[in-house]
Amino acid sequence: MIYTLFQRVIQACFVLLLVALVAFSMFRFVGDPVQGMLGQEATSADREALRERLGLTDPIVLQYARFVLNAVQGEFGVSYRTGESVADMISQRLPATLELALISGTFALLLGIGLGVFTAIRREGFVAQSIMATSLVGVSLPTFLIGVLLIWVFAVELSWLPSFGRSGVVDLGGWSTSLLTVDGWRSLILPAITLGLYQMTLIMRLVRAEMLEVLRQDYIKFARARGISTRRIHFKHALKNTLIPVITVAGLQIGSIIAFSIITETVFQWPGVGLMFINAVYFVDIPVMSAYLLLVGVVFVSINLAVDLLYLVIDPRLKANASEGHS
Amino acid sequence: MSRWDSDFVYAFKRSPVACVSAGVVCLLVLAAVFAPWIAPLNPFDMAALNLMNGFTPPLAPNAFTGETFLLGTDDQGRDLFSAILYGLRVSLFVGFAAVALAMFLGVFLGLLAGYRGGWVDTLIMRMADVQVTFPSILIAMLIYGVAQGLIAPDNRGDLAIGILILSIGLSEWVQFARTVRGTTLVEKEKEYVQAARLMGLNPLAVMVRHILPNVTTPVLVIATITLALAIIAEATLSFLGVGAPPTEPSLGTLIRIGQDFLFSGEWWILLFPALTLLLLALSVNLLGDWLRDTLNPRLK
Repeated sequence: MIYTLFQRVIQACFVLLLVALVAFSMFRFVGDPVQGMLGQEATSADREALRERLGLTDPIVLQYARFVLNAVQGEFGVSYRTGESVADMISQRLPATLELALISGTFALLLGIGLGVFTAIRREGFVAQSIMATSLVGVSLPTFLIGVLLIWVFAVELSWLPSFGRSGVVDLGGWSTSLLTVDGWRSLILPAITLGLYQMTLIMRLVRAEMLEVLRQDYIKFARARGISTRRIHFKHALKNTLIPVITVAGLQIGSIIAFSIITETVFQWPGVGLMFINAVYFVDIPVMSAYLLLVGVVFVSINLAVDLLYLVIDPRLKANASEGHS
Repeated sequence: MSRWDSDFVYAFKRSPVACVSAGVVCLLVLAAVFAPWIAPLNPFDMAALNLMNGFTPPLAPNAFTGETFLLGTDDQGRDLFSAILYGLRVSLFVGFAAVALAMFLGVFLGLLAGYRGGWVDTLIMRMADVQVTFPSILIAMLIYGVAQGLIAPDNRGDLAIGILILSIGLSEWVQFARTVRGTTLVEKEKEYVQAARLMGLNPLAVMVRHILPNVTTPVLVIATITLALAIIAEATLSFLGVGAPPTEPSLGTLIRIGQDFLFSGEWWILLFPALTLLLLALSVNLLGDWLRDTLNPRLK
C-alpha cells in the first residue's frame, strides 16, 4: 500500500516535470523573450545585457531548473501583451473559473444522477425514452453551439438572463465572488448549464447503465423477495452500488470541465483563466500560455492521482494486487 | 473476407440508422466536393457581392434589389447557401486531413511500440499516457498557439489551415496507437510472423505487410469516430477565432460570424451553418457508433 502510494506520487511528479519541460521549451524557444520584453527600439547591447541578466546565456539544464523553481514559487514571468505579472493575472481570474466549474459540476452531478436513476427505473416509459434520445443529440452538440443556442433562446428571444459577462461581483479579500448577489447568479446560470450539459449527459448515461446492471443482481431480487419497498431498494441498495464508477468518472471529468471552460468562457465573455488563455493563444502571448499549461497540468495530475488513490482505498482487490508488486 | 462481402452489407441494410447517417454523410461530402458547381455564387468573389443584398431573409426578395436567396444573405450580401457549401468544404477537408495525419502517426507509432518493445515501447506509450491526461481540444489549442509563435506573422493567414490540421491531427493519435500496439503484441508471437522474420524480411516489411492488415478493421472504426471529434474540434477552434482564417471560413467561422447578428434579429446567419454542423457531426457520430458495434463489439 505504502509502496504503491509512493510509486504513484513519483509517477505524478515525473509527469509534472515533463509538462514543465514542454512549458519551458515554449517559453524559451518560441518567440524571443528578450524581443518581447524590450520592444522594437532596443539596441543590441541592451538585448545582450537583458539576456545576461535573465540568465538566458546559462546552460539549458540550469535554465530549466530555474524555470521549475520559479514555477513552484508561483513566478511565471510577465505577459508579453499587457506587461502584467502572469501570476497576478491568474490569481485575479481564477475565482471566476473555479466558481463556474463548481456550479456546473454540481449541476451535472445532481441532475445526472437524478435523471440516470429515473431513466433506469422507468426504462420503458415515454419520458425516459425521450430523455435518452435527446441525450444522444446532446452528446453530438459541440459545447460552443449549446452556449450560442442558450444565449439565443434565454437572452435574445426571452430576455430572461444576461448574455455575457460576470456581474454582481463582491470582493471578499482577494477572492471575487458572484455567488452572493442575484445578478451574479443570473449571469452564472447560462454558462454553468453550457459547461455542465455534456458532463450531465455522460453521468446520466453511466448511472443508467450501472443501475440496470445492478438491478439484475441476485441481491436485489432477494431484497424484493424480502418485501423491502421498491423505493428503498432503488435508492439504498441499488444506487449506492453504482456510485463508485460514477465518482471515478465524475472526478476525471473535473479536468475536462476546466479545459472546456475555455470554450464556455469565450462564448459568454466570462472573465476567467480560460478566456485569458484563448486571448494568449490569439496574441501568441507565450508566458501566459505556458503558465496556463502548468496550472492545468497540476490540476489534471492531482485529479488523476486522487482518483487512483481513491480506487486503492475503495477496492480491496487492487490493494492485494499492488502488494504483490504489479499494479 | 466474408464479413466485408455479405455480413457487413446485410447488417448495413438492416439498420435504418446506418443507412440514413451514411446517406447524409455522403450527401454532405458530395455537396462539399462539388461546391463550386452547386453554389449559385462564389462567396469569395468580391466582384460578385452586392452590399445592397445584405441581410436578406431566406426565401424573401431583397427590399432594394429584389433578388431572392434560398437561405438568405449575411451582412455583406453574401449568399449563405454558397457560404455554407464552401464552409463545409473547409470543415470536411480539415477533418479528413487531420484524421489521416492522426491515423498515420498513431498506426506507425503503435506498430513500432508493439513490434520493437523495450524502451521504444515504454517511451511511446508513456508519451501517450501523458497526452491522454489532457483533453485533446486543449492540446490542439496549445499546438496551434505554439505554431503561430514559430512562424512569421505575415505567413500566418496562408498557413492557418495547415496549422489547424497539424494541431488536431497531433492531438488525436493516441487511440490509434494504443489499439494497434495491442493487436501487434498478440500478432507478433504468431507463427506466420515468426516465419516472415526467419525468411529475413526487414522489420518494416513485417510490420506493414504482415501485421498491419490485422488492424484495418479497428483502425477504420476509430478513424470514423475520430472524424466526428476532429470536425467538432475544428469548428470549436474556428469559432473561438484560433482556427480557419476569415478568408477561408469553415462552418465554425460562419457560426462565429452569425453569433454577432443574433441581437439584431438576423437569426438565419447563425441557424443554417449551425444546423449543417449539427447534421454533419451527428451523422458521422451515429455512423461511427454503428460501425463500432457491428465490426468490433469489443471496442465498446
